[in-house]
Amino acid sequence: MADKLKFAFYWNASCGGCEIAVLDIHEKILDVAALADILLWPVAVDFKKHHIRDLPDKHIDVSFINGGTRTSEQREMAELLRRKSKVVVAFGACASLGGIPSLANFHNREEIFQRAYIETPSTDNPKGIFPQVKTALPEGDLELPLFFNHVYRLDQVIAVDYYLPGCPPTPDMIAAAVTAIAGNSLPPAGAVFGGPSTVCDSCKRVKQEKKVKGFHRIHEIIPDPERCLLEQGIICAGSATRDGCGTLCLNANMPCRGCFGPPDGVADQGAKLLSVLSTVVDSNDFGEIEKLIDQIADPAGYLYRFAAASSLLKHKLTGDGKSTVQAAERSQLEVAK
Amino acid sequence: MSLNTEALPKSQEVTASPEAAPQPWEPRIVGFACNWCTYAGADLAGLSRLQYPPSIRLIRVPCSGRVNPQFVIRAFQRGADGVLVAGCHPGDCHYSTGNYFTRRRFLLMQRLLEYMGMDPRRFQARWISGSEGPKFQQTVTQMTEDIKALGPNRKMRDVE
Repeated sequence: MADKLKFAFYWNASCGGCEIAVLDIHEKILDVAALADILLWPVAVDFKKHHIRDLPDKHIDVSFINGGTRTSEQREMAELLRRKSKVVVAFGACASLGGIPSLANFHNREEIFQRAYIETPSTDNPKGIFPQVKTALPEGDLELPLFFNHVYRLDQVIAVDYYLPGCPPTPDMIAAAVTAIAGNSLPPAGAVFGGPSTVCDSCKRVKQEKKVKGFHRIHEIIPDPERCLLEQGIICAGSATRDGCGTLCLNANMPCRGCFGPPDGVADQGAKLLSVLSTVVDSNDFGEIEKLIDQIADPAGYLYRFAAASSLLKHKLTGDGKSTVQAAERSQLEVAK
Repeated sequence: MSLNTEALPKSQEVTASPEAAPQPWEPRIVGFACNWCTYAGADLAGLSRLQYPPSIRLIRVPCSGRVNPQFVIRAFQRGADGVLVAGCHPGDCHYSTGNYFTRRRFLLMQRLLEYMGMDPRRFQARWISGSEGPKFQQTVTQMTEDIKALGPNRKMRDVE
């Protein structure tokens, strides 16, 4: 069928959950297969990079790319798909915002290598060998992709037309996006599939005055399923997070973790959530406030769980005070643009 | 946008005569001052002819509670060496609780910046009332000296 749509799915620095989310649309996947040819989908179909490379430019109608960009190989694939596609959708929290992998931006490459290849208890590396971009062997040079110092979200690497946030995006959203594409009723470029407001706005829980005399982690208490979780001292990112998810976590009595990123009009999700948390602390006494704030384990992780690559903080500030994103890496990225 | 620190002191280069020694580095502090107390305090310091280093750039805000954490991060990014948030004394807030809010937010914010590698002395909060011109003078003098000892903040600014 010549007039079938052509889709491509690809994964960069991600966990694979987004791929599973596509399959979570269950029998609707047959509708997708009926209306579209899938030209690339490493998790499910056996097409390779050279198949895509041989296609004419703009041949693919829509590429759904998930995952942050951590290595030069991922950037190369993103650029290739951008060239071959009419529309690129940043699929999931990692592609839209950086996601969990971008929490690594609170450390630099050396620290990550040190931890992964030396310090972890399961590592046995007496010679202190680290991955190299090029290794000369008698048989020839072996190459590995360059591991960037920073995790980028997709639109920092290539131009992105639409965003489908969520960890992972919900089946309804995926179905809505595919339907919109198939029906040629696309929103304006740059649109985010998701609600315009906050998770609190669509959350059905009873909300009264938010005054907290102690923060709890989720394993420490069993919260009241009817009441606002923040009022019960559980850090919930709902007030700084875009809605559209159907409050799935809250329905399961779990706090919002912020995977849809900031709502319209907010630049930095973590800074907003920081403001929220400081409003709910019920004390005006310096010592007591300090004690309460000490109960928030890992503020950076809570505040920027999914949006570290989109945060204004950008990167852990290194001791030498130099640019935190290495200059060479940046110029490479700029050339690519 | 590139925020190259070397490119900033251009105006000095133009005015300085060729023989003049290069101007010593002066810290740049962004001060968010609440309209009701600290801004009046700063005004009083000026009216009383109290001398303090010209390192601070005051931004008047309705209340210290207005200072969004994004303002502070942006200030550091755009070249501030220090940020001061100053408002009414506890109990004196024009809006009754804004400064308590600042206090809580400041503590959490400072923790976050410290985690990110920023020296906490670069980000300070103070209570300065409308009658405390001398306190404003001392605060700015002290903070300028502290930051002079720390040197320029190059950490966040050239990232963008």
